[in-house]
Amino acid sequence: MIAHAAALLVVPIILVGVVNRTKSCWAGRKGVPLLQAFYDIVRLARKRPVYSSVATVFVKAAPSVVLGTAVVSGLLVPLLGRRTPLSFPFDFVFFAYTWGLGRIFLMLGALDTGSSFEGMGASREATYSALVEPAFFLAAGTLAAASGKSSFAQLLRFRPDDPATAVVWCGCLVALFVLLQVESARIPVDDPSTHLELTMIHEVMVLDHSGPDLAVIQYASAIKMTVCAGLLAALLNPLDAAAGPALFAAANLGLILGAGIVIGTVESLIARLKLRSIPEYIFLAISAAFVALLASTLRRGGLG
Amino acid sequence: MSPTSRFRALRSPGAVELSAIPVVAVEEFRSGVLRAAKAGLRLCALFSRSVEGGTGLCAVLADDARGLLYILFSEPTKVLRSLTPELASAHLFEREIGESSGIEIEGHPWLKSVRKSPADKVVFFRESGAEVHEVAVGPIHAGIIEPGHFRFQCHGETVHHLEIQLGYQHRGVEALFCGGPDRRSVFVAESVSGDTAVGHTLAYCANLESLGGARASLRGEALRAASLELERLANHVGDLGAMSGDVGFLPAAAYFGRLRGEFLNLLMALSGNRYGRGLVRPGGAAFDLTSAMAEDFSARLARARTDMNAISGLLFESASVLGRFDETGVVSRQTARDLGFVGLAARASGLDLDVRRDHPHGLYRFRHIPVVKIDSGDVYARAMLRHLESLRSLDFLEELIADLPRGDACAACSAPRPGLLAVSLVEGWRGEICHVAETGDDGRFRSYRIVDPSFHNWPAVAMAMRGGEISDFPLCNKSFNLSYAGHDL
Repeated sequence: MIAHAAALLVVPIILVGVVNRTKSCWAGRKGVPLLQAFYDIVRLARKRPVYSSVATVFVKAAPSVVLGTAVVSGLLVPLLGRRTPLSFPFDFVFFAYTWGLGRIFLMLGALDTGSSFEGMGASREATYSALVEPAFFLAAGTLAAASGKSSFAQLLRFRPDDPATAVVWCGCLVALFVLLQVESARIPVDDPSTHLELTMIHEVMVLDHSGPDLAVIQYASAIKMTVCAGLLAALLNPLDAAAGPALFAAANLGLILGAGIVIGTVESLIARLKLRSIPEYIFLAISAAFVALLASTLRRGGLG
Repeated sequence: MSPTSRFRALRSPGAVELSAIPVVAVEEFRSGVLRAAKAGLRLCALFSRSVEGGTGLCAVLADDARGLLYILFSEPTKVLRSLTPELASAHLFEREIGESSGIEIEGHPWLKSVRKSPADKVVFFRESGAEVHEVAVGPIHAGIIEPGHFRFQCHGETVHHLEIQLGYQHRGVEALFCGGPDRRSVFVAESVSGDTAVGHTLAYCANLESLGGARASLRGEALRAASLELERLANHVGDLGAMSGDVGFLPAAAYFGRLRGEFLNLLMALSGNRYGRGLVRPGGAAFDLTSAMAEDFSARLARARTDMNAISGLLFESASVLGRFDETGVVSRQTARDLGFVGLAARASGLDLDVRRDHPHGLYRFRHIPVVKIDSGDVYARAMLRHLESLRSLDFLEELIADLPRGDACAACSAPRPGLLAVSLVEGWRGEICHVAETGDDGRFRSYRIVDPSFHNWPAVAMAMRGGEISDFPLCNKSFNLSYAGHDL
């Protein structure tokens, strides 16, 4: 439990560092220190926030709600081992809507500033998250159906043992990877390092947040990315129940950081999509999850 | 009667006596310009000039096929019936005249300030409707760039209309020349637009030489051409990198950024300044290229070409980049011709224009650069054209540096003669730079007018955005990469 909490709070900083280091390696740069995200958060936390004159309580509430929901969602996902601090049947539904709650507050906070940029960002966020939600439920539901389990911690232990289950497993991996890219605002969906406010999705919603508020939001985004990577790692971890818990946890953390390298590599090798084409990309996740669902029903002898 | 019979013809760069330029009544001036434009001539400059008894007008039109410029003056007037309804490319020139001279422009469809009034005092075109929203960007931007205000009328993500209001960089450059040439003038020319220091100084020096009846030394002309092409290379390559960065394609952004530095370093080696300041001077070039340096240049250019090809391959063979570039920000050939776009923006829309070929100056009279054009008019065309033009410039530079004319780098340049009008056109990296100088009875500048390519081309950004996505604006804008300072003067 304590180890899980510690991992949930520390790994995000390192994961952001790993992604940025991967990108700088591809670009032939030395890159920023691995712990730069931590320094940034400390720097921001020591500043005084500035609020727009039209802002109300939503702008101030958004960062804490976003961070709170990110942390709660992290308690449901097995970052270290087979167990999670919080686990109950169909907790993935709770997971999805915990994120939804954070998103609603982020969007309300954005609209609250009265800026046309932030309104545009909120509208984009609403569109793409509405599209990615079915992909998540299809993937999680398929894993639940295929494994016969109902909580995140258990259904992510699903491993392929024949061609049909391999299809299920791969389809869910693809869907969850796209989910990661959408939810943590990575290329090709969003560009976290751009300065161009007209092209942003996630970043533009936090343009008016400053100081500690911005620090909290950046930290929450890093936690969300780690949680997504944790889903992938749990589904990929090759060790079986016989392995010791320490070894298992180490493999999981290694896979999470490995996901960071994959994210950084993808960002270095392809350009961002046109905003208009992002739904098509998300549709890839929905299709992959749907194929997984078909394969799992096929294995059980049809929908009946 | 031929459409240009009332005009005085001139080859660029060149000077002509003021008394030899016909002065006609303003209505005749108007119909003369319209008739010449209808016959296929291009409006290079249209501005007011103060004369005895009031304010008159001056038009400079270019016949690109014959390599001639045509000049016409009007008598002093208080009113000008707008040419814009019949000649759209006059719209910004007329707004400038209306703003700066006190001549009333009658019947201009959208007469407002060009550079002298702040954006919060300007009325913008506004769409109304429940689902239409307005987005205001600038004058302070997210990146470290020049100030300018952009007002979008949007329907969701789709841009219906973009209006661009500049003027924040207005420094009174043209007025700084008046009373010159003095010790300051050449530095003012270098600062018209910081990234086109060579181009603008070249146009200024060419004017000074024609006013003084002098000729630049041939070796000086060669060094000027070399620096102009190095400036073009540095900016084209830098823009390719910036466009890669805008679509989030990091490796090309990093490598092009590095390559831009190579070209800037070559300019540095030649002139002691990364932007080529201090190199182009009346009579030729202030610094010479020794044979040892020339060998070093050739080797570095050859390496740069290898890198250029490799990085461009990376950029233009990446499907995700092409997905962003293709069919984004299209400017049709018709629009480009009607609104009088020049340079790279015009060639990317299929117009066959290049001052280096059409109105050759200096060394370009002896050595030619093939003109490249692409018809699609989109971001891809402007990116690809930058790549292709860079390769042509590299060819030109390698040949030139291997075979530099002998002699002094700089010849003597005598003082300007009185009562002349000099015009010079230079193909800067953005396009046609036009400088028009007029000397008074004392041989000093009575007026000095500058048309930067950005002045012609800013409306292209607005046209490219119509019907496009607002999220593509930064990419579109970067694909033109126009100068705010050059427009605002």
